[in-house]
Amino acid sequence: MNFEPIYLTVLGLLVLSMVFCIIRVFIGRTAPDRVVGLDTINTLVISSMIVYGFASGALIYIDVAIVYALLSYISTLFIAKYLEGGEF
Amino acid sequence: MSISDVVNYIAVILLAIGAFFNILAGLGLLRFPDVYTRLHAGTKCTTFGAIFICGSVILLGLKMWYFGNPDGSVLTIHTLGALIAILVTNPTGAHAIARAAHRSGVKPVGAVVDDLEGKPARKSASKKEGG
Repeated sequence: MNFEPIYLTVLGLLVLSMVFCIIRVFIGRTAPDRVVGLDTINTLVISSMIVYGFASGALIYIDVAIVYALLSYISTLFIAKYLEGGEF
Repeated sequence: MSISDVVNYIAVILLAIGAFFNILAGLGLLRFPDVYTRLHAGTKCTTFGAIFICGSVILLGLKMWYFGNPDGSVLTIHTLGALIAILVTNPTGAHAIARAAHRSGVKPVGAVVDDLEGKPARKSASKKEGG
């Protein structure tokens, strides 16, 4: 596959931002810090899936990004409910 | 300079703005001192960057559609769907995380006024059977 360099650069910057979030997930002092890191990683993965799907011509990645957005939203809500400590 | 070159330049500028704001989200997540300020950086900046990245892809998809490529319509409409999914779910998830963090006892660092301080942790804890 032939990438143009601008899309490769954007994907590299998104992966760099994901690395920052992974560092925050590992060193986070409290549990909500780690949850914030995971939520940010989810949004960055959606953005990079859209860029990769456009740049490589495989349009199925954009549909996968929609489903990933909804599933990560549900997982974030359940983790928040668990941190809150109540009954469901 | 034809219309295709103009659309390409605008799309590259939008991609650059989106990548810049996503990098700012990562840096803010590392450097801010508190859960709430990190949430501020990590949610709003990624939403704003995703708007610009999806806008760039939508613009290029519209260009492909205009020049007769049948993939352009699929690209435009599905990217618009992904953008709407991000715009609905991301602030809602951030609100849920912030409320859970405050109710689980994490205090904001250096805050002068905390309006929710002293409130009961869960309003429905006393009436479990009402559920």
